[in-house]
Order: sequence, then structure tokens, then C-alpha cells
Amino acid sequence: MTISIRSVEKRFGRYPALNGVSLEIADGELLALLGPSGSGKTTLLRVIAGLEFPSDGQILYGDQDMTFAGAAERRVGFVFQQYALFRHMTVARNIAFGLDVRKGAAKPGKAQIAARVAELLRLVELDGLGGRYPAQLSGGQRQRVALARALAVNPSVLLLDEPFGALDATVRKSLRKELRRIHDATGVTTIFVTHDQEEALELADRVAILNQGAIEQVGTPDEVHDAPAGAFVAGFVGEANRFAGEAKGGRFTLGDIVLRAGEVRDGPALAFVRPHELLVTDPGKGDLAITVAHIAPQGAVVRIEGATEGGQRIEAAIARQIAAGVHPGARLELAVSRAYVFPA
Amino acid sequence: MTATYADSRDKPRRPLIHRRSAIPGFGITMGLTLASLSLIVLIPLAAVGLKAAEQSPADFLHAAFNERALTAYRLSFGAAFIAAAINGVFGLLTAWALVRYEFPLKGLVNGLIDLPFALPTAVAGIALATLYAPNGWIGSLAEPAGLKIAYTPLGVVIALTFIGLPFIVRTLEPVMRDLSADVEEAAASLGAGRLDTIARVVLPALAPAWLTGFALAFARAVGEYGSVIFIAGNMPYKSEIAPLLIVIELEQYDYAGAATIAVVMLVVSFAMLFVINAVQAWARRLSA
Repeated sequence: MTISIRSVEKRFGRYPALNGVSLEIADGELLALLGPSGSGKTTLLRVIAGLEFPSDGQILYGDQDMTFAGAAERRVGFVFQQYALFRHMTVARNIAFGLDVRKGAAKPGKAQIAARVAELLRLVELDGLGGRYPAQLSGGQRQRVALARALAVNPSVLLLDEPFGALDATVRKSLRKELRRIHDATGVTTIFVTHDQEEALELADRVAILNQGAIEQVGTPDEVHDAPAGAFVAGFVGEANRFAGEAKGGRFTLGDIVLRAGEVRDGPALAFVRPHELLVTDPGKGDLAITVAHIAPQGAVVRIEGATEGGQRIEAAIARQIAAGVHPGARLELAVSRAYVFPA
Repeated sequence: MTATYADSRDKPRRPLIHRRSAIPGFGITMGLTLASLSLIVLIPLAAVGLKAAEQSPADFLHAAFNERALTAYRLSFGAAFIAAAINGVFGLLTAWALVRYEFPLKGLVNGLIDLPFALPTAVAGIALATLYAPNGWIGSLAEPAGLKIAYTPLGVVIALTFIGLPFIVRTLEPVMRDLSADVEEAAASLGAGRLDTIARVVLPALAPAWLTGFALAFARAVGEYGSVIFIAGNMPYKSEIAPLLIVIELEQYDYAGAATIAVVMLVVSFAMLFVINAVQAWARRLSA
């Protein structure tokens, strides 16, 4: 199911949560809504689900206007951060709930429901746990039940609100892979909210980055990481050294640091340089010089923290062999292989 | 590695009840609890049993199960049960209204609910009797329809409903407040209508607290005396409650007879509370 969000606004009292958000989600896509807390990502998800209604704008499922349709009418599968399982029902009854509440001819027979539950239990790898109660399951298992329950009704779109937020790191990683597998197996259009960029970049086909109720950029994980559309995205996605300086005639300057700025208009500007886009050079050839303060080996690279003479803190990720002789207190000259410069 | 001891007396000693625990104060709290429970509850109850045991078995059986006593038990437990059930329905609605909605004078309504707790029961009884008497405001309206309220078992039910209301409301309120909106939204997103959501999701989640409230209201109503005697009319074999029968026996200096009725009430109450608790434990296990 294609979903179109057109200039959606949402205000809670006087507080604006969404300021004219427009977004197209393709059929079968796995999209992440990424943003800091308070950016409006959960509100957007709830508006898509029909759990909240926009103050302005339009929501389309396919070419059908669903702006004011309830969640049930939209046939969404919604997964909550805190699972929201029905505690007094067994796992099987939880999963069957969406089919059980159907009326008349739309309601499948008992055997059909049981078969569907068994199929879903297999899909989320909980075979044999249908008779348990949610209280008898671990957090990861509960979230799998919630996922199966949402999928039971063959939703037109699967919506997940910080689905792994309440889980510990290991479980989170394995469930992430699960979600990808289940998405690929069912082909259902999926939108999930997260504040964890690693999760968004690893899992999603495309990532929509929200800030203060507006979308800053929509793109593939590579695009948002390697071609940020603005200062917010450059600073929020991936790690970056941030320089606040001045742009003039295609050059960015901060003290004696000078970087190519491209087309940025003259005036105050922000430059972002990723730690792995700093290279060690011979003296006299670098863009900036630092005094090394701290060294931390991290697998194939060494993280070097230091500061320029002007007091600007710098973090660089240098290949291990090259960093071999570097020690705290040493002077290191670095070349910038790539900088993102935006007007401040 | 297993340590061996030359003599079993050398083994580190483990206290019988008090396992080592990081939470302090088990000894003193358990001691004080047992002492106060004994002093305030167990010893007086034992005395009642002992007093009742002073008579011959035949006398005991007669005092416990004569026709007048049986009618009184039936009225006391029956009316208490009906009153608790009425409160179960209206208390649930009241708690729902208080937790879910904002309305004018909510604070006042909230305060009114606790009134039956605070009001001297005799005052409530006199007020109810005046209202529901054949010449009272409400009683005079019911009279032409052939409905007698005051001085009948119906009056007893009304008095017991009055005093039982806060128990259900106050036990349900916090649980309702904790009921997360998530669960209802999940039900809605799965296609459940409002009625389905309430019947299949909300009410089952409230069941353990509702049973607690029911048990409290019931227990309170069984023992109620002050508010009932004014409105009941106290006619033997008709509108006489068991606690009143105890007072009557006492006034006739028949202490053993009074204790006998008390023992019967104790046993029945205890059995009913036990059953309610068992149901509750079962319900709680599902929703833990």
C-alpha cells in the first residue's frame, strides 16, 4: 500500500507537533522515522495510524483519503514500545484478537484462526509458546508476540513505535534482523520510529529525518549519511567535528583552518567533518594541526582526540598502522578529505 | 567444593524462619505484626469462640440454627451481597467517570464518595430512614406504587449500598488510572469497537481490583449495624439483621447465645472472603 502524507500539521493546544509534513511511502518499503525526542516522529506515526488526527493536511492510503478514518478502518498493524499486550490472554489469544473481534461473515472459523496463529508463531519463532501468558515471556518474546498480533489482520501497513526501545542491546540487534526478515517475507509496507540512528541506517530502505515537527531530509541510509541536506542532518546522523566559522567566496574559515565551502553563500557558516575523513599528512601540507590529547584503539582504527591551537576540539579516526607512532602530546597535521558546509 | 564438618553441630547455623536477606527488619516487623494482630484480632475472636463453647452442643445448635437466627443470617449475608453487587456496577461507573473524564465540580463529587466513610453510621441511618419512610420524600413517592422501602429488607439493602460505595470506587480508581492507553489503542487498531474493547480488554484487566473492592464492601456490609437498625424496622423473621440479633441476646444477658451467632457469622464471612481471595489470586496470576 502506498501512503501519501500531504502538508500534515498537528497542534496539541498551542504547541505545534508537526509543521507541514509531506512524505510519500512506496508500496512494500521499509521506512524509518528518525529524530531526537520531541521531533514529532511518534506523532507522525500516530497520525498515519489513525490514533491521532491531523489539524490540517491529508493522509492517503493508495488513492483513498483516510485523513479522518479510525485505526480499524485503515487496517494498520501497530506495535507499541511497551508491547501493549493483553495480559489476561494467552499468547495465542493475543495474536488471534484481531480476527476474534471480527463480526459475521468477516470472521474466520475457529480452525482458520488457529491455523493463522500457528503460522504467525512460526514466523516470529515462538512455536509452542501459544499457551503462555505475556507475564511468562521475556521482553524480546513479548515484542515478537506484539508483532505477530499486528500482522495477524494482514495489515495494509505495519507501524512500529520505537519497537526495540525497551529491550537490551543484544536482543535489540537480533530483533532488528528479525524485523527485516519478516518484512521481506511478508512484503508489507512498514514504517518504524526510532531515535537510534544505527538502527535506522542498518534496517531501513529509506530514512526520514525529523526535527522540530518538520522533515529535514528523506533518503537512503547512504544519502543521509554521505550527502546531508542541512546542518541538522550533518550533525545528527553519524559522527562529525563541528566548526562554527565564516563562509566567504567559496571558502570556509575558522582561525587558520580553511576549507572548501562550495556554493555556500557568504556569512556565518557551519562545517562538519567526519572523523574518518581526516587524514594524517606531512608537516606543511595539512588543513589543520592538532596536539594529541587522548588515543583510543578501536578495532581497525585508532580514535585520536586533540585540539587545535585555537582551542577547537578534533576527533579523528586514523588507520592503525598510520597511527602507530602517535602518542599523547604529539603534534599531528591533518588533511580534510571532505567537509560539509552549511549556512549557520 | 564441599566442606566437611567433624561434627554436624559445627555447621553454620541457619535460623528457622529468618533466612539471610538484604532487606532489614524482618524480625521486628514480624514480631510487632503478630503481637498486634493477636492483641487486637485473634484473642478477642478466640474469646468469642470460648464463650460460645460454654454451652452444651444441643444448646449451641439451637442458638445457632433456630428459625429466627437463620432468617437473620439470610438477610445479613443476602442483603450485603446484593448491596455489594449494586455497588460493583455503579461504583465501576463512578470510578470510570472520575478517572476518564473532566467535568465541573469533579472535586466535589470526588469528596462526596468518601462521605459514607466519614459520616457516623447512625446519622446515615436516620437520614435514610427519614427519606425512605412511607411519609418521607422518596418513600411517599414509592408508597402509591405499592413499594415499601423503609422497614423492609429493601431498606436494609439501601443502607448497605450507601456504606459500601467508597470501597469499590477507591479500589478501582488507581488501577484504572494505571491502565495504559496503549492497550486500548492496540485493541482499536486491531479492529475492536468500543464495546469489544471494554468487554474484552478493559474489564478483564480491572477484574482483580473489582473483586477486592467487592470483598471489602461485602465484608463491611455484613458487619454493619448503625445505619441499618434505623431503616430496617427490625421485625423478627422479617427485617432483623444478625448483628442486631446479637445485641438483643446481649440485652437478655444471653452471652453464650450472642457469641454463638457471632461464631456462625465469623465462619461464614471467613469462608466467603477465602473464596473471593482465591478467585482474586487466580485472576491476579493471569494479569501479573
